[in-house]
Amino acid sequence: MMNSIRQNWFSNIRGDLLAGLVVALALIPEAIAFSVIAGVDPKVGLYASFCIAVVTAFVGGRPAMISAATAAMAVLMVTLVKEHGLQYLLAATLLTGVLQIGMGYLRLGSLMRFVSRSVVTGFVNALAILIFMAQLPELTNVTWHVYAMTAGGLAIIYLFPYVTRSIPSPLVTIVVLTGLAMLLNLDIRTVGDMGELPDTLPIFLWPEVPLDFETLAIIFPYSISLAVVGLLESLMTATIIDDLTDTSSDKNRECKGQGVANIASGMIGGMAGCAMIGQSVINVKSGGRTRLSTLTAGVFLLILVVFLGDWVAKIPMAALVAVMIMVSIGTFSWTSLANLKTHPLSSSIVMIATVVVVVATHNLAFGVFVGVLLAALFFANKVAQYKYVASALSEDGRSRTYTVVGQVFFASADRFVAYFDFREAVDQVTIDVSQAHFWDITSVSALDKVVLKFRREGTTVEVIGLNEASATIVDRFAVHDKPEAVDNLMGH
Amino acid sequence: MANVMACIDGSRSALAVCDYAAWASQRMDAPLAFLHVLGKSDYPVPADLSGNIGLGSREHLLQELAELDEKRSRLALEQGRLMLDAAKARAVAAGVEHPASRQRHGELVDTLQELESDLRLLVIGRQGEQGESLGEHIGSHLENVVRTLHRPILVVPTEYREPQRILIAFDGSATMRKGIEMVASSPLFRSLACHVVVVGADKAESHAQLDWARTTLEQAGFEVTASLRSGQVEEVLCGYREDHAIDLIVMGAYGHSRIREFLVGSTTTHLLRKSTVPLLLLR
Repeated sequence: MMNSIRQNWFSNIRGDLLAGLVVALALIPEAIAFSVIAGVDPKVGLYASFCIAVVTAFVGGRPAMISAATAAMAVLMVTLVKEHGLQYLLAATLLTGVLQIGMGYLRLGSLMRFVSRSVVTGFVNALAILIFMAQLPELTNVTWHVYAMTAGGLAIIYLFPYVTRSIPSPLVTIVVLTGLAMLLNLDIRTVGDMGELPDTLPIFLWPEVPLDFETLAIIFPYSISLAVVGLLESLMTATIIDDLTDTSSDKNRECKGQGVANIASGMIGGMAGCAMIGQSVINVKSGGRTRLSTLTAGVFLLILVVFLGDWVAKIPMAALVAVMIMVSIGTFSWTSLANLKTHPLSSSIVMIATVVVVVATHNLAFGVFVGVLLAALFFANKVAQYKYVASALSEDGRSRTYTVVGQVFFASADRFVAYFDFREAVDQVTIDVSQAHFWDITSVSALDKVVLKFRREGTTVEVIGLNEASATIVDRFAVHDKPEAVDNLMGH
Repeated sequence: MANVMACIDGSRSALAVCDYAAWASQRMDAPLAFLHVLGKSDYPVPADLSGNIGLGSREHLLQELAELDEKRSRLALEQGRLMLDAAKARAVAAGVEHPASRQRHGELVDTLQELESDLRLLVIGRQGEQGESLGEHIGSHLENVVRTLHRPILVVPTEYREPQRILIAFDGSATMRKGIEMVASSPLFRSLACHVVVVGADKAESHAQLDWARTTLEQAGFEVTASLRSGQVEEVLCGYREDHAIDLIVMGAYGHSRIREFLVGSTTTHLLRKSTVPLLLLR
């Protein structure tokens, strides 16, 4: 017990504190940017980021993972905020937390095994594109100053590390661009123009919505999307951190922990959030390894924002855009583009389909759904090809033996039937299925169909070698070995 | 096959662990296996606080971290193998036939738990690699190992001295009753002088316990010196050890919960700290 607390919290104090500080500095622009995407005041995202980071530090399932307000969640809230307002968003956030806790108890985290590598890549790429697209409103209909500042900001972010790696370059960007804008007195948009910033520590707030069925009907569709997308991104991020640090995480605890974090966020006036791929990678890169890094990020974030609020308001949006473009570039899986050439076409299609659906619907859950569905179809199609039927005529020409090898199920049932030659007039047909698997009722009824067809031609049919797996399913559903059932089938 | 298993690491007690394990293995006529566990230590990571991510950052970071781990693990693996080979050579020189060696990744406690089923006696040093400069400190893994495993554990000091006289600290508990029976039936202590001490008030109950222990052991052919002492358990046992030149103590370990231990301290921990002779701990 004491040992695990030490391991999970205090085994890497220096690295964790520094990494937490670096992450906190990067979280501020992100939280503000995502609030802007969702259409709420920056303080909603900042409170949410603080709260979610701190709560997941204690109850999350993956040490060193950073959870906060995210782009994936923010894009789902846009219409809810526009049509019903902030209070409904807070209510939806609470419900999201409740749903996520439920999913954690139902162990839905294990469903992640159906999400293939291609879908994960598609998800990550789609997320990067969403983050980039969300920056476009800040880059259209603006003066050349904004473009220059954004370009300058990006240059600092990527070139400053060549000078020193001990100061976070996004911080340098923000400080330099803010200083420049104030010095030249540029008339460009700043964070202060985006809405209210936090001026106090967060306080308890219960969403002011009527507690009735109508409210539930409004928020439920949003909450379910938020819950699913949040868990998807968190579990994917957890896997990435597992790989990076060569340690393991508790996925179901992560589901429940995120639910608790979202409920807490909703109660202090924050929006729903989840794990962040980009920030988590930055955390590990900066040396963060334990829960302490996540906690530090959350606490520093609040301290910085509350005490430096006046300065934060003066940050030009161009600086945030530069940081967000960096996050977008860092999140995108560039190797996946190179892999398009070498990977099988089916996996590339799955990846691209996931991206396209997400970009079209702005909902990562739909993209993942389509991706998983496509991947399953491709898989079924591939497995269906592992099948052939050999046949041999006896010497006297009066009986024929068919030998079926491979997988027979819904995707291969039609072709299975087509292998048999019903026109051939023989007395006896033997179907040897000892090397085949009958997986479902479609395959069983296909076998029935074959047997019945032969019988109606006056041929005696014998099925031999139904192995164990097939035998169970054939016994349960098949009709051909039950005499009275044949009559039933003929009656139709 | 039930082994005598000896945990080897780079600490000072490794040689003594090796010698005691060889001694135990020969007396018990049980195969000897050396175990080296490659813990996943938290190495300091080079600080890169630049806080930016760019093209292929994730893949690059993964590669970088994996390469770092690979180099360190290779070194640790090689070093562990050398230690195991040295231990085996030493055991062979002491007359053990075909000592085995195992090297595993993971936490010591978890690894031992996995191997528990083919474990008959565990031999382990009092301190780990980092504990040498810390005086009376006992190894950080030791208590967890003792609390987790349900096999006898021989905790050895840094010097080897062939045991001639053993002391059994008997408290009348079920664990120690079994312990006495185990000592009586095991070939490990056969023909060694055996002292039994009960620490407690001069009551009929204590005498009954002492008598039971004495008869059980005498029936097994031991030459038994039994005595009843009163006072603080730790002090009495330490004093007795010095007076009679005892060179191995058998006792029950951690009979109480961690909460009680936190509040009143543990006899086991105290003796582990003070003892200059090996302790055979029974749970």
